[in-house]
Amino acid sequence: METNSPLHETALADFHVAHGARMVPFAGWNMPVQYADGIKAEHLATRNAAGLFDVSHMAQVWLSGDNADAMLEALTPTDVAGIAEGRVRYSMFLNETGGVLDDLMIARLDGMLQLVVNAGRADHDIAHLEANLASGVDMTVRRERALLAVQGPAAPDVLTRLGVDLDGFFFMQVGHFDIAGIPCIITRSGYTGEDGFEISMPAEAAQALAERLVADDDVSLVGLGARDTLRLEAGLPLWGHELDETINPVAAGLRFALSKRRREAADFPGAGPILQDFTNGAPRVLTGLLPRGGRPVRDGAELALDGNIVGQVTSGGFAPSLDAPAALGFVDAALATPGTEIMAVVRGRETPVVTTALPLVPHRYIRG
Amino acid sequence: MLRYTEDHEWINLDGDTGSVGISPHAIEQLGDIVFVELPEAGGSVSKGDSVAVFESVKAASDIYSPASGEITEVNEALLDDLSSITPERAHDCWLFKIKVDNAGELDEMMDEDAYKAMIA
Repeated sequence: METNSPLHETALADFHVAHGARMVPFAGWNMPVQYADGIKAEHLATRNAAGLFDVSHMAQVWLSGDNADAMLEALTPTDVAGIAEGRVRYSMFLNETGGVLDDLMIARLDGMLQLVVNAGRADHDIAHLEANLASGVDMTVRRERALLAVQGPAAPDVLTRLGVDLDGFFFMQVGHFDIAGIPCIITRSGYTGEDGFEISMPAEAAQALAERLVADDDVSLVGLGARDTLRLEAGLPLWGHELDETINPVAAGLRFALSKRRREAADFPGAGPILQDFTNGAPRVLTGLLPRGGRPVRDGAELALDGNIVGQVTSGGFAPSLDAPAALGFVDAALATPGTEIMAVVRGRETPVVTTALPLVPHRYIRG
Repeated sequence: MLRYTEDHEWINLDGDTGSVGISPHAIEQLGDIVFVELPEAGGSVSKGDSVAVFESVKAASDIYSPASGEITEVNEALLDDLSSITPERAHDCWLFKIKVDNAGELDEMMDEDAYKAMIA
């Protein structure tokens, strides 16, 4: 997304610089790509203990009113009405051809629907919601709130040490908690494949909370670079790579996000083509790809077999937990069987890659 | 004679042969280096040709030959431990040696002071 307007800054911009961040433009925001220890060290610190991420660039959009459920159901394949108070669902905005306009999280708290959408799609999504605003629905974009993620096996201990009682609070739940006296809304969710939390709070309190969190010996600051390698290993799609307006959620491995009631009713945008693929399988499907040898295979590389193009890499680079290169890509369904060797065309030369089941690194969510 | 390119390569010329590497600044900017592709010895290259690739976690970066000539030697030992490629050791981490066709090509290149001024 190229723009001439000045970059947005989160409430933690000065905090990042003070902690040694290298700041880069990302989706219109000035964000930390890494800190002094570097992407590999930040990645492994998250897998081994806990990482602290500033994800305030994502937009928090709250919907209230009697028609809010029906309004979101008209835009997504999610059983929104079935989201109980205190629960979170992964969802996506769909178009009429079955493509994905964006993916998002929907939480129900205090009777409201609280959405978190991608930074790079926030303007699009907000316009999409406004254009489809149902009568009696009140929508507010909570730009006055910050969002921090604490991810990794030590994350629950970190929050517990700050006085949070996590008893009975599991993966994909949401609730109100005070952390060090700051009123927060916490979801047990994230984008790393690890157990962890996403913490929404008034922006003016974000720096104080970040300082408290990073003072914990288990917590390392983590930038967008390691956020990407973590989600790559976890096989989690990134809009613009594994998801876009032309990619069907079945092809992207997101059958779980098509709610049963909505499939039976076939009443969501793009239901025709999506349900056809749900029943018959998509012609090309998302798979993990492990390059042989040490050369990384990156976004955009074509996948070939016997001189025919059989797919394309959508994300790729180095996977620190595997200590090897790794990638995600779409391949002809017949070749997606794990262990199939195909070729990636990198800089005009073929590199062998092996298709591999996702996730590349097992998820470690704590379910109730 | 040590000279730098605007693309952050250095060449250290001794007689008609120069060793070539990348600057401490370039290594710092790359971050964790995960793969390096070196050229083959014996080939002729022109100034500005892409002759090597550094892959970091995030991106692939081309390394361009700072001079025209013949590649006479390649530092394969560098590939044994990529973590040894650090800003502090940048001038020990030569990638290849090149017998330059025309040492005059280096006259227009930056010396250490000019390079430091460029990256400041």
